[in-house]
Amino acid sequence: MRPVTEVSAEGAVEAVWRLEAARIVGALTRLVRDVGLAEELAQDALVLALEQWPQTGVPDNPGAWLMTVARRRAVDRIRRDRRYADRLTEIGHRLETGAEDAYTTVLDPERIEDDVLRLMFVACHPVLPEQARVALTLRLVGGLTTGEIARAFLVPEATVAQRIVRAKKALSEADVPFEVPSGADRAARLGSVLAVVYLIFNEGYAASSGDDWMRADLCREALRLGRLLAGLVPGEAEAHGLVALMELQASRTRARTDDDGAPVPLPEQNRGRWDRLLIRRGLAALLRAREVQDAPGPYVLQAAIAATHAAARTAADTDWAGIAALYALLARTAPSPIVELNRAVAVGMAAGPAAGLAVLDAVADDPALRDRHLLPSVRGDLLARLGRDDEARAEFARAAERTANAAERRALLARAAAP
Amino acid sequence: MRYLMMTTETGDTGEWNPEQAAAMGAFIEELTRSGALLATGGLDPHPKRIASKDGKVTVTDGPFAEAKEQVVGFALIDVRTEEEAVELSRRFWAVAGDGAGVIHRVFSPGDDMPTG
Repeated sequence: MRPVTEVSAEGAVEAVWRLEAARIVGALTRLVRDVGLAEELAQDALVLALEQWPQTGVPDNPGAWLMTVARRRAVDRIRRDRRYADRLTEIGHRLETGAEDAYTTVLDPERIEDDVLRLMFVACHPVLPEQARVALTLRLVGGLTTGEIARAFLVPEATVAQRIVRAKKALSEADVPFEVPSGADRAARLGSVLAVVYLIFNEGYAASSGDDWMRADLCREALRLGRLLAGLVPGEAEAHGLVALMELQASRTRARTDDDGAPVPLPEQNRGRWDRLLIRRGLAALLRAREVQDAPGPYVLQAAIAATHAAARTAADTDWAGIAALYALLARTAPSPIVELNRAVAVGMAAGPAAGLAVLDAVADDPALRDRHLLPSVRGDLLARLGRDDEARAEFARAAERTANAAERRALLARAAAP
Repeated sequence: MRYLMMTTETGDTGEWNPEQAAAMGAFIEELTRSGALLATGGLDPHPKRIASKDGKVTVTDGPFAEAKEQVVGFALIDVRTEEEAVELSRRFWAVAGDGAGVIHRVFSPGDDMPTG
């Protein structure tokens, strides 16, 4: 037993849980074939650890300890509960003969990795609504509590708890198998996992600096999940692309807002505050993506755009022609009016405001852009550079009406009133 | 949060047997894949000391016998809590055996630095 001194035992239990949750729940799910039951059993073990470790100290192999306790609970539970009677023969036999040895299960890295990957696929299963996928992934794979998830997403804890209960029920009712999908299904299912991870990242990235720390922590959690996933599916270029994109975006976190929390646009950011380590990691992930596959997917292309920004020592050094070309590729791979709007900005920088305006006006009537402040804001910028000042001021006023961000509104109104 | 874990003393010779080396390799591999390990390395025991006084910089060759807390290896990790950093450190020492080290929280520009 290890002495628990400087760090509280509860803190140690929590740390172990966060590090081990995915493996324990994954291994248990393989055993009992029900992610909900597996999570309950793991939670029971966690409660026992919280009771015992403060007295006994943290065991030498805490993951194996939790797994052994959870497995014992599984046997008790199955014996007691008639609802699981039909599973008793199969599971009980495996458990009691020791065919599934707890220590082997905990320590065999390949098996564990398979289980964690299966867990990610199950948590992001398309049978679940998007919010449930997010909550379940953070809970089962990230080891977060419902309280932490609730604070991160600014919803009541009961809402998150309910989402998770419903999600487990839905998975059980749909009899979702605990497996990594293969064949044609695999790409779509992987897409769902990547989308959930990126959703978590963006939720954190959108949080302003004054928000609860838990929200900003979502970025870190998403990065962790993304790195973990890319390690589990090293042959998937888009997984590396997503990691690259998140590393590169996260590298700008400290430069994105000023001391008052107001957003700082990319060209005006202090590049000395960009995190060089994350930039290097992002570039490395992008290289891995290219080694795996030549034809870039949407995440790889977005990462390449972020990498082009990261490579510029000053805003004036930005390779806008390169960025415009990448947006053109992205528009072909994953067409969307937002991509066109970003392409208009890049073209406007690379080939002049008139060329940018031509790209922008082609999507100006798109319903997806109609109520967003970005369209008039970008349009105002291009018009101002063309010397069409009256039209530009009108666009900035329109943009100011549409933004919900107070700091942004002030900046836009100032431009609308500029002589 | 980033933490810099540094080993300042390793048991007797500081050399690992093949089993230990393999276990350490697996541990580092696992930490890298999970994204927790950002950078790691060992330090040359023959450092140069650089000192600046009154605008004059002097360079002295090591090793320095008087340096009790000489750093021999480091790992820069990215974790969610201090407890996680301590837990990972425990796992490192479970493989490395006897020795000692220090853990520092690493602050970046823009972080609120504690004073004192």
